[in-house]
Amino acid sequence: MEKIIFAGFGGQGVISAGKLLAIASMREGKEVSHIPSYGAEMRGGTANCAVVVSDDEIASAIVHKPTICIVLNEPSLDKFESLIESGGILIYNSSIINRKPQREDIKIYSIPCNDISEHNGSIRAANMAALGALLKVKPELATMESMKMALVEGISERNHKFNPTNIKVMEEAYSYLK
Amino acid sequence: MKNKILMKGNEAAAEAAVIAGCRYYFGYPITPQNEIPEYMSKRLPEVGGTFIQAESETAAINMVFGASAAGARSMTSSSSPGISLKQEGISYLAAAQLPCVVINVSRGGPGLGNIAGSQGDYFQATRGGGHGDYRTIVLAPANCQEIADLTLEAFDLADEYRMVVMILADGFLGQMSEPVVLPKPSGKTFSKEWAVGIGNKNKVASLILSPEDGLTKHNYVLKDIYDRVEESVIKYEEYMIEDADYILCAYGSSARICKQAIQELRAQGIKVGSFRPITLWPFPYKELKKATEGKKRVLTVEMSFGQMLEDVKLSVNGTIPVDFYGIPGGMIPTPEEIVERIKSYE
Repeated sequence: MEKIIFAGFGGQGVISAGKLLAIASMREGKEVSHIPSYGAEMRGGTANCAVVVSDDEIASAIVHKPTICIVLNEPSLDKFESLIESGGILIYNSSIINRKPQREDIKIYSIPCNDISEHNGSIRAANMAALGALLKVKPELATMESMKMALVEGISERNHKFNPTNIKVMEEAYSYLK
Repeated sequence: MKNKILMKGNEAAAEAAVIAGCRYYFGYPITPQNEIPEYMSKRLPEVGGTFIQAESETAAINMVFGASAAGARSMTSSSSPGISLKQEGISYLAAAQLPCVVINVSRGGPGLGNIAGSQGDYFQATRGGGHGDYRTIVLAPANCQEIADLTLEAFDLADEYRMVVMILADGFLGQMSEPVVLPKPSGKTFSKEWAVGIGNKNKVASLILSPEDGLTKHNYVLKDIYDRVEESVIKYEEYMIEDADYILCAYGSSARICKQAIQELRAQGIKVGSFRPITLWPFPYKELKKATEGKKRVLTVEMSFGQMLEDVKLSVNGTIPVDFYGIPGGMIPTPEEIVERIKSYE
């Protein structure tokens, strides 16, 4: 079972990224849950969502200690770094996070999400870069194919025109990590 | 697998109501249930229904009264402070024996409180909330699938017993997305000869002044119905009860935290099970009593200072100790806290 936190500024698309992952994993037969962060932090500060992906029924969908954490901004790194389970995974957006993570008992992946998004012609697809990196690091969660299908299912029709860019960003981030 | 849809709890409730044949929705916005009116405002016109964003919660529940009096399936939803405002209308609906569904996606209180999920409305939901000798059936889902299934069933229960049925969810369940297989309509039909414009009667009333014993007699009519509901509408879920030394008792979101705690405790060799009431009224008193026979202790877990706790104590009736763990104000207990409490009994 993977307990995943996506965190960033409100507007960076962390809630959507979580939802897309949940849909992709669901289509591969996994049990999933998605809870958006909730409260004052939605207005300013950090937004986050908790996604659980499991082979079995999910008891609690609330994530207190994530096994995987994807942080797109520095306040989120400050908030969640210490909570990640020992042996877990941290993926962080090195485009705008200036400090290095401190933990030594987790696997850490640095990925320039904003840069990858921008040179594919969008300033809004940093979340897709994070998803691409996640699929590389944890292929068990979902295949790239399922994720592409999730982009159709989980994004409203008027925004489907952005999907070619979304896919390019996701694929570049996927191959960025060796 | 293909027919699973990732849906928010709120959306699952709304679509299930449409499947149940609800064509009239009246509400007033409040977080964390706004996806219900949002969904209904788009969906009901597609199926020939009516959505009205009322000027207040009081207006909304009275519009439900009107639609129900005319024999239609109708619904309103809100969150804790808004549900408080609807209580007068709920009491009037109960008096007039009008069926309807009310969804409370509860949030932290008292007062305007906050917008996170809470279980502080148990007393209000199960003890009336409004004035007078009446009951509402209260169903407590614990996941998005159950929100859909119970909302669908709520309309049948409402029509069968001519009662208000409340779905008591919370902000976490309303906002959470999970795979849902949309339920099929039950196909049950109910005679609505009592409704204005359907049968021979041309009025429904919640005021009975004469004859002198008219209201007393009416109360006995209601009591007979409530007795029947207590006999036949009991729902609960047991989990790993058989060999358990300790029983966790919780409903809704906190029951899921308990399930996780049980898995962690079992991995450490501590035998724990859980009992989850799904009908909060009628409460499964006898069933819980039976489940706790021969056990060492019951731990009730709630997102409040302990409200269902009183029903658990009534059920167990002093045969074994009943402990409580809870957190109020829109916070949710952690599995670790429950694990610690259970281990302190060893």
